[in-house]
Amino acid sequence: MKTDQIGKERNRVDGKAKVTGEAKYAAEFEAENLAYGVVVSSGIAKGKIKSIDASKALALDGVLQVFTHENRPGYMWLDKNYKDDDAPPGSPFRPLYDNEVQFSMQPIALVVAETFELARYAAMLVEVAYETAEHDTDFDANLEQAYEPEEYKASEPPKPRGDVDKALAEASARIEQTYTHPAEHHNPMEMHASTAVWEGDGKLTVYDKIQGVQNSQQYIASAFGMSQDEVRVISPFVGGAFGSGLRPQYQLFLAVLAARELQRSVRVVMTRQQMFSFGHRPKTLQRFKLGADADGKLQALQQEVYGETSRFEDYSEDVVLWPGVLYPCDNTKLTHKLVGLDVYTPLDMRAPGGTTGIYALECAIDELAYEAGVDPLEFRKKNYSEKDQNEDKPFSSKELRECYRQGAEKFGWSKRKMEPRSMKDGHQLIGWGMAQGAWEANQAEASAKAVLSKDGKLTVSSATADIGTGTYTVMTQIAAEALGLSLEDVTFKLGDSDLPKAPLEGGSKTVATVGSAVKKACEQVQEKLLKLAQEQSNSPLAETKLEDVEFSEGRISLKRDASKSMQLQDLLQHSENGSLEGEVSTKPSDESKEYARYAHSAVFAEVKVDEDLGTVKVTRVVTAVAGGRIVNPKTARSQILGGMVWGMGVALHEHTVMDNHLGRFINHDLDKYHVPVNADVQEMEVIFVEEEDEVVNPLGVKGLGEIGVVGVAPAIANAIFHATGKRVRELPITMDKLL
Amino acid sequence: MRPFTYTRATDVNSAVQEITRHEKAKFVAGGTNLLDLMKIDVMAPQHLVDITRIALNTIEATADGGLRLGALVTNNDTAYHEQVEKRYPLISHAILAGATGQLRNMATDGGNLLQRTRCYYFYDTQTPCNKREPGSGCSAIKGYNRDLAILGTSEHCIATHPSDMCVALAALEASINVTGPKGERTIPIADFHRLPGDTPHIDTNLQEDEIITSIDLPAKGFAEHYTYLKLRDRASYAFAIVSVAAALDLDGDTIKEARIALGGVAHKPWRKPEAEAMLQGQQATRENFRKVAEAYLEGAKGYGDNDYKIELAKRAIVRALEQAFNKEGAA
Repeated sequence: MKTDQIGKERNRVDGKAKVTGEAKYAAEFEAENLAYGVVVSSGIAKGKIKSIDASKALALDGVLQVFTHENRPGYMWLDKNYKDDDAPPGSPFRPLYDNEVQFSMQPIALVVAETFELARYAAMLVEVAYETAEHDTDFDANLEQAYEPEEYKASEPPKPRGDVDKALAEASARIEQTYTHPAEHHNPMEMHASTAVWEGDGKLTVYDKIQGVQNSQQYIASAFGMSQDEVRVISPFVGGAFGSGLRPQYQLFLAVLAARELQRSVRVVMTRQQMFSFGHRPKTLQRFKLGADADGKLQALQQEVYGETSRFEDYSEDVVLWPGVLYPCDNTKLTHKLVGLDVYTPLDMRAPGGTTGIYALECAIDELAYEAGVDPLEFRKKNYSEKDQNEDKPFSSKELRECYRQGAEKFGWSKRKMEPRSMKDGHQLIGWGMAQGAWEANQAEASAKAVLSKDGKLTVSSATADIGTGTYTVMTQIAAEALGLSLEDVTFKLGDSDLPKAPLEGGSKTVATVGSAVKKACEQVQEKLLKLAQEQSNSPLAETKLEDVEFSEGRISLKRDASKSMQLQDLLQHSENGSLEGEVSTKPSDESKEYARYAHSAVFAEVKVDEDLGTVKVTRVVTAVAGGRIVNPKTARSQILGGMVWGMGVALHEHTVMDNHLGRFINHDLDKYHVPVNADVQEMEVIFVEEEDEVVNPLGVKGLGEIGVVGVAPAIANAIFHATGKRVRELPITMDKLL
Repeated sequence: MRPFTYTRATDVNSAVQEITRHEKAKFVAGGTNLLDLMKIDVMAPQHLVDITRIALNTIEATADGGLRLGALVTNNDTAYHEQVEKRYPLISHAILAGATGQLRNMATDGGNLLQRTRCYYFYDTQTPCNKREPGSGCSAIKGYNRDLAILGTSEHCIATHPSDMCVALAALEASINVTGPKGERTIPIADFHRLPGDTPHIDTNLQEDEIITSIDLPAKGFAEHYTYLKLRDRASYAFAIVSVAAALDLDGDTIKEARIALGGVAHKPWRKPEAEAMLQGQQATRENFRKVAEAYLEGAKGYGDNDYKIELAKRAIVRALEQAFNKEGAA
């Protein structure tokens, strides 16, 4: 298929705005008479607030108010009013609801002042007396109290198949191991912020950091008993989110509360420390039992998952989904239980469930391959899944074998010796490991509008988000492609609740979801253009059908005879209003639902581990991705590279430490919570294998936000085993565990 | 941040006058640690004396053949100074192992000596911490202490000193020149920082009204056989789990003099001259290095999460000495 834009490397259309600072984020919007709110966070994990003495804060000139549970306005306090599009089953947290403290760093007051500095100082003067209750944040100590939730937030665990115990007993190779993944926090560069602009008459415009403006709009309307007309939410740029912006966070609630009460504009920005006070990737423990027959075929698979949640919501994610997608096996048993603790509810974090589940699965498979004496890549080829066993559906497309082939070749896997500790460079033990990954290629419902104006400029819009992923750019490409325009002639608008409806940006589904709507909206404009062309006297396109014409370089032309063409701009002069519009809603096709839709990856990693000191360097990673059609190889590569660095952080660095005595996450800043830095990142290569998929969605695309992450941590963990002969089954793999 | 007043000193004497004149006053130079701590209310001086305009920003030769680093020379200017690179590469390497380029452009040599600990609990005003709030208790001893001290600890505090530069200064036996109301004095680096004991809130023996004016490096720089080995959880922008500044003076394979200082393991850069002396006249072998390492860690005590640091420190000493011997200073 000939394309002008789709499949072409393009710079980000918003790149210049970002590097010049022209792009504005939620805390950067100015408003007249703006006041500043600073949140006071709880020092205890559980108990009651006996009293809050704000008198010293209020005595300062310029402090406007200190909002607490004692003076908060009284309306809409039913918990169902606080549900949002990503809320797990349960009762959502309600800021300043009452004197109960349910988790450490819970927001318990908002100090509002004329300046940020004054508000921050005044917040230090607020004196809180607690009646402390005994908290329990100890995940390991509560495994026996784990329960199956009445309702899973994500999918229910697949039903058991066959007889695992019998198959295990008969297996010629088996392993039984436990893997743990720590709690992690998203830590986007941009802290959560809301600027609530008081428009008078009870109306608000809110600039919010969020992965879906309509989620915030709905939440505010519902929690404050406002109509949707009274609140508009805008979020043109998001400085990273990784899932932290799926749910409206408390700074939004508090900014709106203060703005309504004070009848003036208020901004609330979380501190970096407070970025550790809400959702996180849950601590997760997984027990695996695997068995293979003498041919190295998987015969038994048991995965028992324990994931952390809060006392008030049942958060779960798709941790047990992956065996059924990645490995054919007739005897399986998959369970997922929750451990309720005095913490805030966990929250989807980049590849939720996949990061944890695929890490443990792929390490367990590597261990089994070693037990069976089969090369890890060979083992995966032998156990190649041709259908999704969870739902008993064929894959819409799956070029994973090609990922193996191209990835292994690029990496030089064939030169690998099976034996651990078989390669060395001075004090450095060298190890090669691999893993595979999968991620859902979903499409959801979305709407989009396209307006082609008289001057030939196209404006397309949808209330989606760009969380740094490149949404602006690829939507612009999709629209430009449809109407044969240059990128400069197309503007894509997002991040405004007034725009056509779009779901949350998350789950690697935005290009498939919003892109399909954008494409269809543009196709409506195409139809109108053709009709207009045919209405002209002596039209060279009279009697032609839409499929017979193409749109390219600002013209509509007959495919089989390019001389029969018309200039779009000329045509537009004849349109009724001087512009043509298309507005559509799209949803996944019925056909696509007959298939399992996944992107796949194969990851190969090289590590060097110091034999005495246990320090790990990841010297080389190759990721081969089967991700459908690649709209923009440049932004796509960028996304996969980011995912690979993320995966390195999962393997080696990230870990939010819970101090169980205090019931508090204790490494709550970027000095102590480590993510990889530039110096950690060495050679990284991304390969996109060809994958055509006519079923998955009208664009044939699969999301790339998460597939880049999932296989990397297990590939690194497996490489560390190959280097050292040690299996570290508790992430992150730090030097103390390798001594 | 709590409100504070601010004045600017133009010379050392006026700086000392300013600091004595104001209640709860602190000097500020690069501010890379102090301002962060003020923002989160861990430190709350009522007055700041800005000393950045004082002419203490030169590096000059001393009469005894050493080098004097002005207190206000930035960490980067020190690390990349021709004489420091040539004669004291251990200092350059140690400095460049710390922080980031941006921070080192602001941070001064005097300020580096006065860095506060990076213990988690010290940074969180909602938790007990004897260093931040004397008498409130130590959260780290029974809490999370993976990064914390194994040597010279007390029942009141197991914090570590975070500096890299100071570890090199300790190995080279630098001395610190200070001026106070009673005049000038010189403090050997070994006596500059304190152990926590029952006064963990006092980091150093510098008096509240004294200002650091310069750091003197002795003539002997061990520029041939040295290494600064820093073990940390990521390749850059992380404080040391264990670091070792090692320097050897050799006659063939025979050791004439050895210097070893450890970072990340105690409330101060850790030196044990009697253990170093074990190497005097000995061959540079792995066995001999291990013996010294054992002696260095004698009396070390783990608190659970940080037990591994005892063995890690021993191995790091061995590796650092090997690197120094092999002239692998930059490793």
